[in-house]
Formats: sequence, C-alpha cells, structure tokens
Amino acid sequence: MAYTGDNPLMKTVEEIKAAIEAAVPGAGVDIISNPSVSGQHSLLIAQSHALQVAQFLRDDTELALDYLSNVTGVDYLDKEISEKVKVTRTVTKTVDGVEQQVEETVDETRKRVEPGYLETVYHLFSVAKKHGPVVLRMRTVNRTDQVEMPSLTPIWRGAELQEREVFDLYGVVFTGHPDLRRLLMWDEFKDHPMRKDYVEPDDFEYEPTPHDQVLERAKQHAASESASIQEGAETR
Amino acid sequence: MTPSIAHPDRVEGWNRPPIIEPDGEGELLEVAMGPHHPSTHGVFRMDVALDGERVIRLKPVFGYLHRNHEKIAEGTSYLASMPYTDRLDYFCSLTNNWAYALAVEKLVGQQVPERAEYIRVILAELTRIQNHASTIGFLTQEMGASGTPLMYAFREREKILDLFEQLTGSRMMCNYMRFGGCRVDMSAAHLDSARKIVAGLPGFIDEFEALLSTNEILMARCQGIGKLKPELAINAGVSGPMLRASGVDYDIRKVDHYGIYDRFKFRVPLGDHGDVYDRYMVRVLEMRESVTILEQALKDIPAGPIMDPKAKIRGFRPKPGEAYGRIEAPKGELGFYLISDGTPNPYRYRVRPPSLINLTVLEDMCLGESVADVVVIFGSVDIVLGEVDR
Repeated sequence: MAYTGDNPLMKTVEEIKAAIEAAVPGAGVDIISNPSVSGQHSLLIAQSHALQVAQFLRDDTELALDYLSNVTGVDYLDKEISEKVKVTRTVTKTVDGVEQQVEETVDETRKRVEPGYLETVYHLFSVAKKHGPVVLRMRTVNRTDQVEMPSLTPIWRGAELQEREVFDLYGVVFTGHPDLRRLLMWDEFKDHPMRKDYVEPDDFEYEPTPHDQVLERAKQHAASESASIQEGAETR
Repeated sequence: MTPSIAHPDRVEGWNRPPIIEPDGEGELLEVAMGPHHPSTHGVFRMDVALDGERVIRLKPVFGYLHRNHEKIAEGTSYLASMPYTDRLDYFCSLTNNWAYALAVEKLVGQQVPERAEYIRVILAELTRIQNHASTIGFLTQEMGASGTPLMYAFREREKILDLFEQLTGSRMMCNYMRFGGCRVDMSAAHLDSARKIVAGLPGFIDEFEALLSTNEILMARCQGIGKLKPELAINAGVSGPMLRASGVDYDIRKVDHYGIYDRFKFRVPLGDHGDVYDRYMVRVLEMRESVTILEQALKDIPAGPIMDPKAKIRGFRPKPGEAYGRIEAPKGELGFYLISDGTPNPYRYRVRPPSLINLTVLEDMCLGESVADVVVIFGSVDIVLGEVDR
C-alpha cells in the first residue's frame, strides 16, 4: 500500500549512506530499517563524526537538507537476555566402584544484561529541493554516566529549543549546545520525566471511592506512610 | 548584567542572535514580562534586559503549562490520545486531530475514504480561517485597537464554531477524526450551513482588510518591525505563515500533497520583507486562498462512506515500526512521531509543536526594538501555550 503523503526522495537511504561515507571518511553510518509501511528508514550516525556528517547533509547541493524539523529523544531500558548455552565440564563420578573424571555436557541458562541507551532522532527536510524526510539517529553509550552526545545546534538552529527539551526530559547532555538548560521543568528539578523508569512522586489525594489505578496508588501511599511513621518512631 | 539573562555561553560558530551592546549611559533594566502579562496569550515569560526602551537581551521561559502530554499518551492506547490532541492548540483542534490521525494512518498503512478526505479538508480550512482571523484580532488588540477588529473576527469565528458544534458536539474540543476516517458524517444540512458560511467569508475578509490593511496606525506599528531573514527562518526550523512571510515558498499542503490537497487550485502567498506587516498580510491572503479551497471542496464532495470499513478500531495494535506524519496546521508544521512496539500503547509519542519552534527566533526578531514592539512581534508569531508547553 503506497502512502502518497511523503515526497519521494531522489535518493534512497543506501545512496545517502554511500554519499556520506564518500564525503566524510571514517564516518560509521548504519542503516536502521523500519518495518512499518511508512518506509521511513533511518541512519544511525557515530558520535565522533556527527558534526561533519550533519554539515555535509546540509551543505551538499544534491541533498540540501537545510531544514531540521523535529528533534526528539527515545529511551531504551537495559535488557536482560537469558540464553541457553551448552557447557562442558569435568565431573568426578563413581563408575563401577572406581572414581573417575568424566566430561559432561549440560544445558545452562545464562543471563546477561544488554545495556540500554538513550537515542536522539532528527527529522530532516529540504526546503530548497522540497524532499524529505531523512531520519538521523544518535545513541549514547548507556543511560547512566555516559549520556553525552554532540549537539547539532551549530548546524541547524532549529535544534536549539528541542535539544534543550531532550536534555530536560531524557537527560541527554548535548556537548557544544550554546545554552543547555532545562526547558519545561524547573531548574531545581532532579529527574528526567520521560525516561521509561521514571517514578512519579507520591502526590496522593484522598478519594472516597478509589478504584483501579487510584486504588493501587492509595495502597502504595498507605504502605509508604506507615513505613515512614515506623521510621520516625525508631529515630525517636 | 546578571547571569540569569546573559547568554551563559556565547560560543562562536552557530547561527546565534546578534549581540547588542548597550549604548546608553544609564543602568540596564531587567524586566520579567509575564507569565501573567496579558500580551503573552497565556502563561509565558520573557526575561528582557532593557537599555532605556531598547531590548538588549530576551530569554523566553517555558513550562508553566507543562503536563507532559507525551508521557500520558505513552501510557494509554492510540485512540485514547485523540481527545487529548484537542488540548494542544485549542484554537485548532481539528487540524491537531488530523495530524495525529495522519501519523497513525502512515504507521499502519490505513487508507481514508474520499468523502472523509473532503470533510477533513473542509474542516481544516474553516479552522485555518478562524485561527488567522482571531490571530489578527489579538494582534491588533495588542497594538491598542481595543476590541473592534477582534470582535469582527470573533463574530465570524462564532459562525464557524457553531458549525463545529452542530457537527461534532463541541465548539473547541472536537475530537472528530479517527484512524481511517471521521467520527460522524456531515449531513446535507451541515454542508448547507458550511456553504452559507463560506459565501459570507469574502465579504468579511474585504471588510476586515478595509478596516486594517491600510490603517495608518497598523502600518506604523507593523512595517519594518521584527524582521526575519529567510536564511535564518529556514535554519531555525520556523514554519507556517511566519516562514512564508519571510519569502520562503514552503507550504506542506503543496510539498507533501497529504490528504487530497493536490486536487485543489490555490496559491501560496509570500512576504517580501519578513516583518510583522508581512505576517499580517500573509494571513489575510491565506484566508482568501482557504475560501477558494473551501468553495472547490464543497462543490466536489462525493457521497460515500466516511470510515474505511477495514479500519480496525478495537484491539488496535500497529506492527512494530515508526512513522513521522506532518500537516500544515494554521500555526505551522504540526508533526506527530510515533514508535510502535506492537503493543496497544505507543512506545514513543512525540508532538512537533510549531508554536514552540517558531519561538526559537523570538530573540533575534526583538533585539534592538522597543518594549512596545516586543508585544507586537510576539503577537505576530501566533502561539498557543497549550501547544508550546504540552
């Protein structure tokens, strides 16, 4: 089913990838395909060459992606992956009354944690050539202590407020952003509310007929309340 | 200069606002315009540093109306966010509905029947007219024309909102579009009253223009004020009438041909100077073009279903993937970016708010102008705080 809305790009993502790699040597560009019918595949660019790639995309005469429309963050949590591995080990066994060293193969389930990451998505269009979108993505190393990412505000001013919003709500630190402050939350606020593991503050209000989510929150509130009372008694 | 207003880190090499040095001998005055200033259209604050009357620095402060619409939408099903989109830009709930429906339709490959497409165009263009008329009304209000032009605009807006109420049951919170069509059909009586409204619109625009376009005070207050260069407008992601007033020919109705906009003949008005007067004039001319679109759409609207019978309403779970859908809303490019992970709720739901992104260049336009002009420049951007703060 063809959707008629998008203006067909002159180039496919593969061609754009080839063009970037020809212009910026060493720029690691990966294609992330989009299984949806929208067919908007994206390009994952490496942080180290992000500014050169962005500058090329803006200034190249054929692509001329001069309009940065949308900047947004996405949060991917740490994933716990359990996989079955065959392990061979030596076991001491008593065979026919004699102790022997026997090799044995056992199935074992191992769990490993794939670190999550924060991602920033940029939607680029061209006002000059009237085509688009080209979707760029960048990822941080993890979600906790290595959350830096180069800012693209020096290339497209349109990212100025939107990167501030991503910093505010997701906690991505944009290096090279001229004015990185919180945009929507107040400056003293500590957490990043759009992250998937954000815990809402306990702002419970009494309701005479609690049900569903409200009842759940009422129970949680009562539990935390009694815990804090006990704590208070102990300290006294 | 205290650090609160001074640019924390004036790095070289980006498209930054120019630095204006104070030339007066007196002290700089810091003023917090808003969040309850009547000219800020809601709760918005500008921290302004003044050298006499001249603006030296201007920093917008957002977030007074923030309720994290995106987080709420990620916690509910796709359809349940539809009424919430009405509350973004509450002047244009129908175009918000359309942008969201378009993004979801793009995500799942949903087709929309002809008649529903026509109804969408009719309602979106009526929305555009009432939005532009009221924006101009508010703009003149801020220049001191206390009431008259605004009441002229609201008289016309009231007729359009009456039609919306008859059709959708609500004047402003319409909640009308669905994924794959519309909620209720426009009856013959609705179409007749729409035709009646459209027949009266050219007269209204003529009257509005006779009152304002060559008005000496309006020209003195608007011409040459708040200029925005086309290069900066493109680079800063400005969209809508503001971008076109700077002379950039970019109308998403013409570029993307979303819906059925390729079937209608209309022109894209462009400005020459990029000042407040051009923004006023582009809006007036866009209203006229919207009237021609409405006349064509009301003439050609076919009979037929308003909802794709194959559209899935219950148990709606898009396959994993993502889509960015955008429309030319009255205020600019309104986009929705959705990531689906195969569950009934979107994994990521993002609104690209034109009102917020158009404010990126507010400082650039206001520097060097007087305080009274800041109010007029801000009024010419046309924002709604429900959409800026989300």
